[in-house]
Amino acid sequence: MLIAASGDAESTAVQEALDAWGAETGNTVELILANDLVQQLGQGFAGNEPPDLFYMPWDQFQTYAGQGFLEPYAEDLANADEFLPALREQFTYDDQFYCAPKDFSTLGLQIDTDAWAAAGLTDADIPTDWDGLTAAAQKLTTPETVGLSFGREYARLGVFMNQAGGELVDDDTVTADSPENVAGLEYAQSLIDAGALKFPQDLEAGWAGEAFGLGKAAMVIEGPWINGALRNDFPDRKYISVELPAGAGGQSTFAFSNCWGIPAGSPTLDVTTDLVEYLTSDEQQLAFAEGFGVIPSTESGSAAYAEQFPENAAFVAGVDYAASPVAFAGAAAAITDFNSQLEADGLTDPAGVLGGLQTNLQAALDEANG
Amino acid sequence: MSASAQGPRRGGGIRRGEARAGWLFVTPAVGLVVVFLVIPIVLAFWVSFSDWNGFQSPLNPRVNFVGLENYAAITVDPGLDQQNFGTSVRNNLWYVVFVVPLQTIIALLLAVQVNRAVLRGRGFFRTAFYFPSVTSTVAIVIVFQFLFTASGAVNAVLAFFGISGPNWLNDPNGIFHNIAAGVGITSPPPALEAAGPLGVTWWDWLAGPSVAMSSLIVLAIFTTSGTFMLLFLAALQSIGAEIDEAALMDGSGPIRKFFSITLPMLRPTLFTVLTLGLIGSWQVFDQIYVLGGATAGGTISTPAFLAYNTSFDELKWGQGAAIAFILFVFIILLTLLQRWILKEREPGRRRRISREPDAAAGSVGADPADRALPSGAGTHEGSRS
Repeated sequence: MLIAASGDAESTAVQEALDAWGAETGNTVELILANDLVQQLGQGFAGNEPPDLFYMPWDQFQTYAGQGFLEPYAEDLANADEFLPALREQFTYDDQFYCAPKDFSTLGLQIDTDAWAAAGLTDADIPTDWDGLTAAAQKLTTPETVGLSFGREYARLGVFMNQAGGELVDDDTVTADSPENVAGLEYAQSLIDAGALKFPQDLEAGWAGEAFGLGKAAMVIEGPWINGALRNDFPDRKYISVELPAGAGGQSTFAFSNCWGIPAGSPTLDVTTDLVEYLTSDEQQLAFAEGFGVIPSTESGSAAYAEQFPENAAFVAGVDYAASPVAFAGAAAAITDFNSQLEADGLTDPAGVLGGLQTNLQAALDEANG
Repeated sequence: MSASAQGPRRGGGIRRGEARAGWLFVTPAVGLVVVFLVIPIVLAFWVSFSDWNGFQSPLNPRVNFVGLENYAAITVDPGLDQQNFGTSVRNNLWYVVFVVPLQTIIALLLAVQVNRAVLRGRGFFRTAFYFPSVTSTVAIVIVFQFLFTASGAVNAVLAFFGISGPNWLNDPNGIFHNIAAGVGITSPPPALEAAGPLGVTWWDWLAGPSVAMSSLIVLAIFTTSGTFMLLFLAALQSIGAEIDEAALMDGSGPIRKFFSITLPMLRPTLFTVLTLGLIGSWQVFDQIYVLGGATAGGTISTPAFLAYNTSFDELKWGQGAAIAFILFVFIILLTLLQRWILKEREPGRRRRISREPDAAAGSVGADPADRALPSGAGTHEGSRS
């Protein structure tokens, strides 16, 4: 079994789960920690010796499924119907539910409570729509601190495009240059013009979480992973996580998830599906949640999680309306190019950058559909 | 000659079985070359013409021959693949244009300095300059990441002089574009707007290395100058003291001596250094991989990195292999060029050697290149082995 652990906490928790399962069933599992998961997976498949069970990153899932690397086992799991619909959809390719979601994260809005109070804002001001976000971000902006920050990339800006009612792909057509998507980027640009939004690079930070920890941004848009990072590096920062405010097209956020991948034609299929059932059971997922802060991928598990960790309830709430970032085979290159364009040209010409994305994404989609 | 060569075959005498023993002795080496070089290259060549997706062996029956499709996708078919390849070639070209001359000049200057008899603590300087070369590139890149972050040491020093430094490793702006912007040209003149080779506009071809790539250029010069300094130093030490003395007697100053005597005598080494530098900088990968490759608006991606990325992330192994092969052929051509240039010197050497008695009779060291060439060439062979 090959995993890419976020740290010791994760590898220890997974190892404990494997030991417990091994003791129950009499099987043994060897846990291998990947340095570069995608590279090691590629090597395993090319050498015809893929791991029996591995972390399948969401952004590579469709590529792998499309090339016939994966065993579509998830439908046969005893708990197949318990997974959250958004996650089920994320790991469905060609109408087949391929692999069981391991856990998930959504994006939320983190608010620095000290800065919030200092700006004279109250609980009633917590933004629920774009106007509220603009107002709060402007109030929070001081010479040392910018109101809002997040990464200048599709995985964050795409949320605004979705909130404006846009989407990148509608069935077989790419709709990247739709007016809604342009409106989403224009809104972000309006925040920049107002001086209330700066990207982490401009704040001399590696990512938004660092800018937040350093006190250079009073609000950021990140997922639950920010909790661990802040606890380690900036334990004094006091903050809350709330749901992302809604745009003209309603609420939206992104859900990111990895699944438990099993290679196609695996000789150990029966045993590994049993292990996946064990690992995705509510108790086990809640144990992982305690161990390294991920959110369980099942309905009941995530509800129990929201109760147990009320500070992260906003992330769980987001899954109801979360969209999956575009990740069909070949989309990654188009998205990377889009991110590069954003970095080079900024947001001043939303229609221009979206036009490039439209062309590249459509070409990739045509190729993916054959 | 021919008699002794045929000896073993005739099966007599003391040399019997020598050929067989010879083959036995080279078998391990040949085996290693075949297993680790020939087979992978042949296999990669096949993959570059196939639609292999990385699942099971590239020789399994489901893999199809697709002809030149993979090559066409990156060179002639308009699209993102072609554009990415073009951009990576552009990036790497500028990298080579800056790295090769600069590292050669710096290595030469360092070698001349540490070769001076009067320099105190020569051993210390030689070690110090060579040190970056023996350190892993990855370690140096990580140190550079800290030095060149927006709030890093480099910008702190610049801030001391009142200069606000860029966000080095993330800045995608080409330095020539920056210079053009300095004189008020921010958009391409109509003549350069047209698409150039490989789907990249002429304006973008002329962008120069991005600020991020420039940081990597500095890094490459820092790490490789030491190695090449060592090659130059070895060559410099084979220049006899009597030549220096002769030059002194003829009344040449240090600068004249360097350009008229030292430099011509270092010619073979210079060729080696230039060619090794050229090959090495077309293969640059480690730095890019550590920095993530896709950062800085795609301006630090190189063909070597793109081959890796296309294969492992996009599972387009055929296309990745095609990129690797184009690079491979290109580097082979450069190597052949080096061979050709070195071969070109041989007739000249023989001719000059035959003239040598006259020259020596005339005046010692009047044409020092004569004697230096053979010894220089010797150094060169030694350094390669």
